[in-house]
Amino acid sequence: MASSAPIRLGLVGSPNAGKTTLFNALTGLRSRVGNYPGVTVERREGQLEVGGRRVVVVDLPGTYSLDPISSDEAVVSRVIDGQLEGVEVPEALVVVADACSLERSLMLVGQVLRRGLPTCLVLSMVDELAARGGSLDRERLEAALGIPVVEVVGHRGRGLGELRTLLGDPESWSRSEIPPPEDPYERGAWADSIWSHVVTQRAAPNARSEAIDRVVLHPVWGTALFAVVMVTFFQLIFAWAAPAMDAIDGGIAAAGEAIHTALPGSLLGAFLADGLVAGVGSVVIFLPQIVLLFALLYLLEDVGYMARAAFVVDRLMGRIGLEGRSFVALLSSYACAVPGIMATRTIPSPRDRLVTILVAPLMTCSARLPVYALLIGAFVPEQTVLGPIGLQGLVLMGLYLLGPAVALAAAAVLKRTVLPGEGLPFTMELPSYRLPTPSLWLSQVWGAAWAFLRRAGTIILAVSILLWMLLSFPQVEPEPGMDERQAAGHALAHSFAGRAGHAIEPFVEPLGFDWKIGVGLIASLAAREVIVSTLAQIYAASDEEDSLRASVRADRDPETGQPVFDPPTVAALLVFFVFALQCMSTLAIMRRETNSWRWPAFAFGYMLVLAWTMAFAANRLTAALLASST
Amino acid sequence: MKTDFNSDGVVVPAPAATQPLTGLAPGGTATVVSVEDGGPVGRRLLELGLLPGTIVRALRHAPLGDPGVYELRGYRLCLRRSETDRVVVTPGRAGEPPDA
Repeated sequence: MASSAPIRLGLVGSPNAGKTTLFNALTGLRSRVGNYPGVTVERREGQLEVGGRRVVVVDLPGTYSLDPISSDEAVVSRVIDGQLEGVEVPEALVVVADACSLERSLMLVGQVLRRGLPTCLVLSMVDELAARGGSLDRERLEAALGIPVVEVVGHRGRGLGELRTLLGDPESWSRSEIPPPEDPYERGAWADSIWSHVVTQRAAPNARSEAIDRVVLHPVWGTALFAVVMVTFFQLIFAWAAPAMDAIDGGIAAAGEAIHTALPGSLLGAFLADGLVAGVGSVVIFLPQIVLLFALLYLLEDVGYMARAAFVVDRLMGRIGLEGRSFVALLSSYACAVPGIMATRTIPSPRDRLVTILVAPLMTCSARLPVYALLIGAFVPEQTVLGPIGLQGLVLMGLYLLGPAVALAAAAVLKRTVLPGEGLPFTMELPSYRLPTPSLWLSQVWGAAWAFLRRAGTIILAVSILLWMLLSFPQVEPEPGMDERQAAGHALAHSFAGRAGHAIEPFVEPLGFDWKIGVGLIASLAAREVIVSTLAQIYAASDEEDSLRASVRADRDPETGQPVFDPPTVAALLVFFVFALQCMSTLAIMRRETNSWRWPAFAFGYMLVLAWTMAFAANRLTAALLASST
Repeated sequence: MKTDFNSDGVVVPAPAATQPLTGLAPGGTATVVSVEDGGPVGRRLLELGLLPGTIVRALRHAPLGDPGVYELRGYRLCLRRSETDRVVVTPGRAGEPPDA
């Protein structure tokens, strides 16, 4: 008896009500993720089948009220009221409420009932209510609200069978006869009267959560724990992911060599090894960081710690208009912006999330280190400034701090200009601590890794191959007498990328860059550190850093005979790399997380303008300093 | 403390002193009198359950002093000072003397 059209149900509830757990339990992993038009609010739909009928469940964003105070929050009421173009109106609504905080949630239930759609109420976490000695009379609640009420324990599957049967037949649901009042004061009185009618035993405060909070939110221990957790996040991405990443790197290099050996000197071999396999490698290399970051992030989120972390740093982050979870994302971006931007998923406010995404690439990621190391090692004199502190180390530290300082300033500016806040109050619920559910946790981590591979990985692979082609075509014959390295440099100079380097020379000339650096900038879009190997190829140096350092030092402008890499140029190049979004993987992950090319394009644009301006300033400032000191 | 009687000789409770929720020390209990903001933020505070007559317990402040956590209607809510300044409370539970 396969029925024709599927039933569309909207899942409404406050954040932390157990809505997502229920959604996953009902629909499994068969969910589709997209965005609502015009906003960066995630849109999730899943399916289940009840007695041959297809039921589509739309997981609406968590909200405390249908009276929206931001354009992002307005999504819920606009979907329910059918005011969102291209989004079908749900035929019935399922309100999810935490049984422990039903007293508050009745305010939302009242608003939903006013919409007049068939509605049922799902009470989640009834196990915690019982553990705290509380109880409710479900039948009285059904009678008082006039709608079906189901009790579930989402992560254990209790009550799900009953709920599934109910969801397959919304036409049969009893309907509330008198709509609750619209005025919040009157609705409060309505909610209070229902609450006092259905509560048979008030739950005691959660003694276990309070005891844990006495330590976790303690002025000293809480701050220390926060610091330890943040250092752990940083170490995960910066250090602990490294062995797996090195192994992947080694495997990719070995595969490339094997291909070159099997197909020596052929274009096919070069494409397979340097284009395809290296491209796959540039995707897979991110997996260890992503899996480790999300394993810890979702574990702490499920346990209830992330809300506490947000609470602890709210005062600091609030100053620049962001919240605590942005802190984790920005800190992770200090190692790599790709997992950092993915970590913004746990930021409840879409606006704060977008601002965090837009400034995350300014944090000093670890891919900048090889570029800094090469340029500082080659051009910054090895002199000591004060005691054991050397000039090279000072410059490196300055570069490391410059990025984050500007990132925080940029966040504050973006919050006031491009994405002005709407005076949102900070109203976060502190959930009770709970033991994590391993299956839910694993599916969350897997979901993050899979989303990266499918949505961002494909873009990264395609762009890697495109860049390889730009660097390899058109192919030119080496001039007689050239050795292998010189031939490679000659080929690069005449490739599309080489010509593009010449083409952008007028734009980068004010910074002191020549076409060779231009080619390096284009190639470094694949990953910042690629500029090192590209410069090595152009200078026909061997890949060893010392040899490259010697070559770039010796490089002279063919017309003036002056060194290309004079101090103003080096300063400009270093500063350029601090700010420019020279990383297509970051652009790809931004595209994936915001579901549009608009924001990655905006980020690339503003960071390019910032990088050019700051590099120009660095060039002139260094030149002026040199002139005054001689 | 002076006790007032009405014309029938019944004790009239002294009008309770009101204060912003911000001033409620951790561990203290108070009853919401009103939310002094008719705008969207005030409406949201009402929807979150800060309705007149609601009993609120201050739990603790963040290490840097702001925000604070409050328990009401069976849940814990974090609020910044900018929000608690708008909530007027009277110490103690409604109809009962303030906690000693």
